[in-house]
Amino acid sequence: MIQHLVDGVLVGSILSLGAIGLTLAMHMLRFANFSHAELLSIGAYAALVFDGLFAALYPLLATKIEPLSLTWALTLALLISMALTGASAVVIDRLIFRRVRAKGGELSMVFASFGVAMVLRNIIGLTFGLQSQLYSKDIVMALVLSRDPLLLIKPDQVFSLIAALAIMAILHLILSRTTFGYALKAVAENPNLAQVSGVNLNRMIVLIWIIGGGLAAAAGVFYGLSNQINPVLGRDLVLPIFAATIVGGIGSIYGAVLGGFLVGIASNIALVILPSGYSPAVPFLIILLVLLIRPTGLFGEERT
Amino acid sequence: MTKALEARDITAGYIPDLPILKDVSVTARTGQLTVIIGPNGAGKSTLIKAIAGLVPVSQGTVTLNGQTITNPRPDQMGRRGVAYVPQSDNIFRSLTVGQNLDLVLRHAGAEARDRRAALLTQFPALADKERDKAGSLSGGQRQFLAVAMALAIKPSVILMDEPSAGLSPKAAQEVLEHARALTRDGVTILLVEQNVKQALRLADHCYILADGQNQVDGPAQDLLTDPIVGQIYLGGKRVAPA
Amino acid sequence: MIGLISYLVFFTTIAAILSIAVLGLNLHWGNTGLFNGGVVAFFGAGAYGTLILGGTPQSGHLGGYELPYLIALTGGMVIAGFMAWAVGILTLRLRHDYLAIATFGVAVAFENLMRNATGLAGGATGIRGFERPLRSALGDGFTYNVLFLIFVLILLAATYLFLERLIRSPFGRMLRAIREDEVAAQSLGKSPSRVRLTAFITGSVIMGLAGGLYGTFYAFISPQDVLPILTFQIWAMLIVGGAGNNKGAIMGAFLIWAAWTASGWALSRFAPLDVQLYTGSIQFVLIGSVIVGMLLWRPQGLFPEKLVVSQAARPK
Repeated sequence: MIQHLVDGVLVGSILSLGAIGLTLAMHMLRFANFSHAELLSIGAYAALVFDGLFAALYPLLATKIEPLSLTWALTLALLISMALTGASAVVIDRLIFRRVRAKGGELSMVFASFGVAMVLRNIIGLTFGLQSQLYSKDIVMALVLSRDPLLLIKPDQVFSLIAALAIMAILHLILSRTTFGYALKAVAENPNLAQVSGVNLNRMIVLIWIIGGGLAAAAGVFYGLSNQINPVLGRDLVLPIFAATIVGGIGSIYGAVLGGFLVGIASNIALVILPSGYSPAVPFLIILLVLLIRPTGLFGEERT
Repeated sequence: MTKALEARDITAGYIPDLPILKDVSVTARTGQLTVIIGPNGAGKSTLIKAIAGLVPVSQGTVTLNGQTITNPRPDQMGRRGVAYVPQSDNIFRSLTVGQNLDLVLRHAGAEARDRRAALLTQFPALADKERDKAGSLSGGQRQFLAVAMALAIKPSVILMDEPSAGLSPKAAQEVLEHARALTRDGVTILLVEQNVKQALRLADHCYILADGQNQVDGPAQDLLTDPIVGQIYLGGKRVAPA
Repeated sequence: MIGLISYLVFFTTIAAILSIAVLGLNLHWGNTGLFNGGVVAFFGAGAYGTLILGGTPQSGHLGGYELPYLIALTGGMVIAGFMAWAVGILTLRLRHDYLAIATFGVAVAFENLMRNATGLAGGATGIRGFERPLRSALGDGFTYNVLFLIFVLILLAATYLFLERLIRSPFGRMLRAIREDEVAAQSLGKSPSRVRLTAFITGSVIMGLAGGLYGTFYAFISPQDVLPILTFQIWAMLIVGGAGNNKGAIMGAFLIWAAWTASGWALSRFAPLDVQLYTGSIQFVLIGSVIVGMLLWRPQGLFPEKLVVSQAARPK
C-alpha cells in the first residue's frame, strides 16, 4: 500500500508536468489537444539523442552523478530537449494548428490533434524503432527505505520528483510575480480584454507552447529515467494526463499540478484492488467520477 | 477644434455578409466628450469595438490624428494612445487590483512605478484594495479600476462602452463626471451611453444611432431638448428604416 | 476470376459495414457537431453484444444465449446505445472537450475490459463459436457471402434513408440549429443538451449495428478488432467524404478502405522484409496525414455537403 502511494507520487509528478501545458493550451486555444502527450515522447527521444551525442563527444560528461544513473550528459541533454520540444510545439502550431484554427471550429482542431499525434508517434517509431530503450543500461539498485512494509525507491525517482517540484516552483514564481504571469492569467480569463490591455495574443500562444513543450520534455525524460522510453509513451500517457486536467479543472495550472498527483496516486492505489491489466482504464474511471461529482474539477470555472 | 478620432462610412460586423453597422460616421474632437446614444441593438458597442480593432471593418476608414488606423491590432491601440474600456468584464477578476495595473503598465518601463503610484493616489478607493482580487470589488470600484487601467497608458483618446451600466444612479453620475473631468486635461473621450439625459447634460457632442446607421447628430445641449431623440428611442421615427 | 469476384464481395461487405459506422459518425459530427473520440467502443459494443447474445454456449465466459439473430443484433445495438447514454448524460452539458476526452476514454476502457475480463467476453482470445444465421441452410461458401453482402447493403440503404429523413425532419433542423448556434436554438424552446443526447445515442446505435454486422461476418470478435485505429479510419472516411454529407460519407468509406487495404497489400508485397515490421507505422502515418491534410486543404471533404444555411442560426 505505502509502496503504491510512493509510486503514485512519483508518477504524479510526471503527469503534473504534462498536464500543466495541456491545460494551458486547452484553455487558451479551446481545444482538447490529443497530441500533447506526444511532446513527452519528442522530449524523451530528443534527450536520448543528445545524451548519446554529448557522451560521445565529451566522454567525461558520461560520468554518473552518484548515486543517480543520471549523467551530466543527460542533464545537459534534458535542458536542450526542453528547448527543442518547446520549439517543436511552436512549429507544429504554426504548420498545423494555427492554420486549422483559422479555417474551422474547435472540433476540427481536436481531429487535427489526433492526426498529428498519430503522425508524430509513428514517425518516432519509424525513426528510433519500436523497441523500448533506456538512458542508462546500468542497473541502479533501489534503496530499501523499509522492509516491513517493503518500500523501495530508486535514487533517480527521487531526483525526478525533486526536479519536477523545482520546475513547478519556478513556474509558480513566474506566474505570480511577473507581468508575463499576469498576462497569461489575463488571457486565460478574457482574451479580448487582454488584447486591448496591450497583450499580444499570438505571442502569448507561442509562449504557452514553449512552456508546455518544455515541461512535457522534462516529464518525458523523467518518465524515461524511471521506466523505459518507447514510441507509444504518448499513447499510454495521454489519458492519465487528460484525467489530471479534468480533475484539476480545465484551465487551472494549480489544478493540473494537484490533478496530476491525484491521478498518479489513485491509479497506483487502484492496483491494490484491481488486477494490473486494468491500469490503462483507471484514468477513465477517474474522469467518470469527476464528471459525476464535480464536472468543473477542483479549481475549474464554468465556461462554455 | 481638431478631429482626434474619426470613423468614416464604417461598415462592420462579425460576419462579412451580415454587417451590423452600415456607413456609420462618427468624429471625436480633441478634448471633447462625444457620446453615442441609441436604442438597444443600434450597434453602438459594435462601433466602439470596430474602432478598437475587435470587430472587423469591411468598408470605411478610421483615422487617428489624421493617420489611418482601420482594423488595428487591438494590443497596439495602447501604444497609439487609445484606451478602451469595455462595458462589462473590463477588469481581470483573477488578478489583484495592483496586478491589473501592473499588467497595463508593463510596457511603461521606468515610468511604471510613478504612474502606478499616481493612479492609486487619484483613486483612493483602489489604493485600499491594492492587494485584493479585483473580482471582489463592488460595481463602482470595478468601473474606477477599469478607468484607472485606461488612464495608465496616458491615452490621448479613451473609448468607453456604457461606463454607467449596472451602477447605482449615484455611482453612475460619479463615473460620468469623472469622464467629463478628464476632458479638461485635454483627453478626448468617445463614450457610448444608455443613460441619455445624464450623458447629454455632460457631453459636448452627440450622435444617435439606430439599426446600425447614423440618425441624428449635433451639439449635446441642442439634442437634450429635441423631441426627435425621444422619437428615435420609441421607434416612431427612423431616418433610415431597416 | 471467381477469386477476384469473391474478393470483391469480401471487400464490399467490409466497406459497406464501415460505411454504416461512418453514417453514425456523420450524425454525431457532421449533423450535430459532437466529437466522438471512441467510435470503436460503440462499434465494439455492438459486435460483442451480438456475439454474446446470439452465440453458442461457451465455457469460461458469458454468452451463448443463442437468441434469434435479429434479436441478438438488436441487443448489441441497445448495449451500444446504453453506453452512449451513460457517456452523453455526463458530458453533453459541458464544453465539447469533455465529450472528446470521455469518448476517447470509453474506447480505451472498453478495449481494456474486453482484453482483461475473461469471464465477460473471453479476454484476449475473444469470442468464437458464433453460428452465422442461416448457415445450416446456405453453407459457408460464396452464396452465403453474396447473400450476406446483400443483407448488409439493405441495412446500409435503410440507415442512409433513415438518416436522410431524420435530418430533413424538424429534429434534423434542430440539430443544425444547435450546431450553428446553441443560444439561438435554446431560444426556440428546446433543450440543446437533450437533443444532442438523442442524436448521440442514435449515432452510437448505428455504430453498434455496424459492429454487430462486423462480428457476424467474421463470426468472431477479439480485442484486436476494437483498437483505436478503427476510430481513426472511420474519421478519415468521414473527413474525406465530407462531414454532413451522407452520400459523401459512404464514398469516403469505400475510398479509404480501398486505400488502406491497397497500401497494406503493396507494403507486404513490395517492401523489404525488415520494413514490413513497420507496415502498421507507415499506414498510421498515412491515415494521420490524410486527416490533417484534409483539414488543412479541403476541410469540406471531397464530396462537400450542399450548403444548407439556416437563417435562424446567425451569431449576433
